[in-house]
Amino acid sequence: MRNLVSSVLAIVVLTAVLGFGYPALMTGFATVAFPHQAGGSLISVNGKVVGSKLAAQSFTWPRYFHERPSATSPAYNAAATTFANLGPTSSDLATNVKAAAAAILKLEGPYNPGLTIHQIPVDAVTTSASGIDPDISPAYAALQSARVAAVRHLPLATVQKLVKQNTDGRSWSFFGEPGVNVLELNIALDKLGGN
Amino acid sequence: MSGQGIAQILVYAVVLVALGYPLGVYMARVYGDRFLVSGPFGWLRGTERGFYRLVRTDAKKEQGWKSYGKTVLIFSVVVMGVLYGIQRLQGHLFLNPDHMKAVPPHLALNTAASFITNTNWQYYGGEYTMSYLTQMAGLAVQNFVSAAVGMAVLAAVVRGIARRSMGTLGNFWVDLYRSLFYILLPLCLIVSAILIWQGVPQTFHAHATVTTLQGAHQQTIARGPVASQIAMKQLGTNGGGYYNSNSGVPFENPTGLSNFLEMLALLLIPAGQVFMFGKMVFARRHAWMVFAAMFAVFAIGLAVNLPAEQHGSQVLRSSGVNITQGHGQSGGNMADKEIRFGQAATANWTVATSDASNGSVNGGFDAMTPAGGAVPLVNLFLGEVIFGGVGSGLYGMFFYIIIAVFIAGLMVGRTPEWLGKKIEAREIKLAALGALFVPTMVLTMTAVAIVTKSGLASIYNHGVHGFTETLYAYDSQANNNGSAFAGYGLTSFSGSFGTVALLLGRFVPLLAALALGASLAAKKTVPASSGTFRTDGPTFVVLLVGVIALTAGLMILPALTLGPIVEGLMH
Repeated sequence: MRNLVSSVLAIVVLTAVLGFGYPALMTGFATVAFPHQAGGSLISVNGKVVGSKLAAQSFTWPRYFHERPSATSPAYNAAATTFANLGPTSSDLATNVKAAAAAILKLEGPYNPGLTIHQIPVDAVTTSASGIDPDISPAYAALQSARVAAVRHLPLATVQKLVKQNTDGRSWSFFGEPGVNVLELNIALDKLGGN
Repeated sequence: MSGQGIAQILVYAVVLVALGYPLGVYMARVYGDRFLVSGPFGWLRGTERGFYRLVRTDAKKEQGWKSYGKTVLIFSVVVMGVLYGIQRLQGHLFLNPDHMKAVPPHLALNTAASFITNTNWQYYGGEYTMSYLTQMAGLAVQNFVSAAVGMAVLAAVVRGIARRSMGTLGNFWVDLYRSLFYILLPLCLIVSAILIWQGVPQTFHAHATVTTLQGAHQQTIARGPVASQIAMKQLGTNGGGYYNSNSGVPFENPTGLSNFLEMLALLLIPAGQVFMFGKMVFARRHAWMVFAAMFAVFAIGLAVNLPAEQHGSQVLRSSGVNITQGHGQSGGNMADKEIRFGQAATANWTVATSDASNGSVNGGFDAMTPAGGAVPLVNLFLGEVIFGGVGSGLYGMFFYIIIAVFIAGLMVGRTPEWLGKKIEAREIKLAALGALFVPTMVLTMTAVAIVTKSGLASIYNHGVHGFTETLYAYDSQANNNGSAFAGYGLTSFSGSFGTVALLLGRFVPLLAALALGASLAAKKTVPASSGTFRTDGPTFVVLLVGVIALTAGLMILPALTLGPIVEGLMH
């Protein structure tokens, strides 16, 4: 009985301190020190919020760089993240990869003469862990550059330069792997003008 | 598998020891009899005394193992009830800007059991199931509390090993308070501040809805008080994500640096506790040997998982796409993995989280290659003693250590000793119970789940991989890990069956450890003689790893052949 009362009192106090006090304290700190990150790293263009640096979004027009495939429903759902959970020998995985590769060959082929499936980097045909991976590999960005440059009537070198500028390297040049942030890259392209 | 990737893993190991050792020394002081906060934090003494008055305990009054265990059980039942209640009532409560409805009963029960046992197995996706209130004041509080319970029990057991001819192990409320406020909370403040800087959201505003750049599309961006919860779920080996895809989601783990920090937080306390143990029982060399045994198994896991994932799955290799590392890509099996982590950082995380009973993931396990996915499966089955859960990992390792010295004793024909204590029938029985109960339960439950219709309904990938999903589900819940081959789904059967696994898997070994601690505390120490098996040399490391491999390892081998091994041979 004594234990029971103690337990109830303890959890009430611990909930107040750890469940409300601690997150509130951190929220206060975040609002003051890092308001941009605290709110979800939202990005605005001409005063309108168009997305988050940390979430992939749907790009289908040829003038934009495209994201990796997504297993969320609908694709790139930043409010219901998910893996694809297809096992390594799954026939669904084989079908999806095949379809994704065929679509890429059809889209990029005309701009990359002689393009074969062997040049498609693996991240272009696989879903990410979150379904909203904001990055593509530098290899996949390089593959798409020719198309984007041609559609926008821009010199390839200009597009390649923008890709480089929007590549997040490893943290402290050491931790993790480099990736190209697709939303930031596409915003940079739009700012450049061209059609 | 580039040199750069391996360098990242080596730096991880070095930083882990460099920070874990001083933390261990500090923790040994915190649990000491004479510990008092001092210096600039001296004013906290009053707060501590206030807490003891509130729970009506005399901090100087110690408990025997039965009393200690009873308090743990009652406290756990109460917090489980509270967590269940919050989930069921969230629709009517405050801090619910996105109008989440009540969590269904069997899901709420499984989730409550999952979080109070430091497991964080999740049959749900957080960002579309739980209100901010449930996440913050329900689940995140349990992340603290369940971790602190494990740490408290370890402190009590270690005290038992250190003591001579005594009947008590310490005071639960004192150990709980000190774990929470002198270890976990300070570390959380540091880790969450860095995570916010790196991009993890921390806000009470509702989810953001935006019109995307290409127009015509609305995108809802889930956010909330994320950073404060993520820091704790990593530090307390909890692992339950704020988002469904856990630390694979950029909002939970935005950069290479946040990934490194979260991985470090994941093993920091369990690694530190090995050094804490060494200091508290005055056997530092022995502690280093235990650390070495753990590290050896950790390294073996990496040596299997990373090359297998880099080599890629059969489907990807035969598809013809480029999976070769280099020229602007990490390559390998990128299915259900993120660009910013690539293969090395995902493998490092996978092995750490399955060794540590954390269960958070930064990539999907279900999509891993057969050999790659077998690593977490086996790591779990070893009973989460390779670093293991905060507290529970090391007290689980004590069972294996006792079995190891027992076997060494048999070989030379003497009564085995450990740290000056004679190991007799009672200790062996408790160690055997602690080490064998959970693996036996996992195999039994898996067997039941694959021969019943209601069990089969949870499987997502059919055939051999479906068996592995099932085995992993009960392996993960019974060992209180919480990671998943995430295709395995919730039914009322899998929910309630899982709840049983969670609770028994937590409390049977916990009580066995407390009883073991008490049994050792009551003994006198005997001086080491020429016949004593030395536990502070490399022979002991080999013996310990061998005992783990022979007990738990051999138990899972038949199940492995039915799952990942067959799958690996299929193509």
